[in-house]
Amino acid sequence: MRLDYPPNVKIVRVPCTGKVDLLHILKAFEAGVDGVYVAGCLEGECHFLSGNLRAKKRVGHVQGILAALGINPARLQMYNLSAAMGGRFVEIAQEMTERVRALGPSPIRTGKGKEFVEEEQEEEGK
Amino acid sequence: MIVAEAKPIEEILAMIDRYDKIILAGCKECAAVCAAGGEKEVGVLASTITLARKRDGRAIEIREVTLERQCDPEYVEGIRGFAGDYQAILSIACGVGVQYMAEHYKNIPALPGLNTFFMGGSLEQGVWSERCQGCGTCILHLTGGICPVTRCAKSLFNGPCGGSSDGKCEVNKEIECGWQLIIDRLKALGEFEARYTELFPIKDWSTSRDGGQRTIVREDLKQ
Repeated sequence: MRLDYPPNVKIVRVPCTGKVDLLHILKAFEAGVDGVYVAGCLEGECHFLSGNLRAKKRVGHVQGILAALGINPARLQMYNLSAAMGGRFVEIAQEMTERVRALGPSPIRTGKGKEFVEEEQEEEGK
Repeated sequence: MIVAEAKPIEEILAMIDRYDKIILAGCKECAAVCAAGGEKEVGVLASTITLARKRDGRAIEIREVTLERQCDPEYVEGIRGFAGDYQAILSIACGVGVQYMAEHYKNIPALPGLNTFFMGGSLEQGVWSERCQGCGTCILHLTGGICPVTRCAKSLFNGPCGGSSDGKCEVNKEIECGWQLIIDRLKALGEFEARYTELFPIKDWSTSRDGGQRTIVREDLKQ
C-alpha cells in the first residue's frame, strides 16, 4: 500500500489494547506529548475477547482525569480498526494529528494552566 | 475489608497546594483490594498530581511508597528514615492509616486521599457492598446470616418497618429491605417460626460506637 502517515505519530506497540494501562497513558502526557490515541481491534473482534473493551473503559477513565485537571479530554481518543485497514490507519493518524494541532501544545508542556472547563462541556452536551 | 473511594482530584490538589515535596503512601491491605489505595493507585495518583502541577508550571516531588499495612506501627515506621525530608504525607489508606501516619509523624501533616466508607466485600469486579457496621455484638446466628444493623436503614431488630415495599427499602428503591432478606432466608432455612416469632430484646449499643472509642486488649498477646 505504501501509505504515508504523519511523522509526529509515535507508535508504542502492545500485544493487545487490553494491555494498555492508565499509567501508560498518563506517563505519556507527563512526558509532554500533546495527544494520545489507542488503536484497538474492531469491537467484537478481539482475540482475547474483551481487551479492546477494557481499553475503551480505561481511555474513558483517563479522559475523566484529564477533564478534571482542566486538560482537554479530546487529546486522548480510542479508535477501533483491524490490522488489514491500512488506509483507515492513515486517516486516523491524520485526523488525530489535526485535532491535536488545533488544540495547540499541551498545557502540561507549556505550564500555562487549565485549557478546559468541565462544566462548559456538560452544557454543550445538554 | 474496609472499603474506600478516591477523593475528587480537585480536593486533593487543594489539600497539597502549599507543599512541593510530599510522600504519597498507599496500603497493600484493604485499600489495595478495593482498588483505591494500592501500589497501582499510588502510581496513578502520583502521575495525576504531577500532571496538574506541570499544567501550572509548578514542580512537585512525590515519593511513592506502598506499605504492607498502614494500621500497624511496625509498617508505618517503615518510612521513618526519609519522612523528615518531606513536607506532608498524603495517605491513600483508610482513615485508620491516615491517623496512624499522623500519630507516628507528629511534625508532618497527614492528609487523606480517600474517603473511607464501610466494611464490606466485593459483589463483582469493581463493585463493593457494605456488610458490617462493627456493632460489637454479633447476632447473625439469629437473623439467617444477614445483618439487620447494616442491611436495614434503621438498623431495626424487629423489622421490617412500614417502609418495606416489594422487598425494597423506602430510603432508596435500589436498596433491598434487610428484613425482607432475613425473613426469606429464615423461611428457606426452616427457622422462620422459631426465630421470627420471638422479639429481640432492646440492643445494648454501648458495644457499638455509642460507647465511645473502643479498644480490644488480648492480655495473652500483650507485652
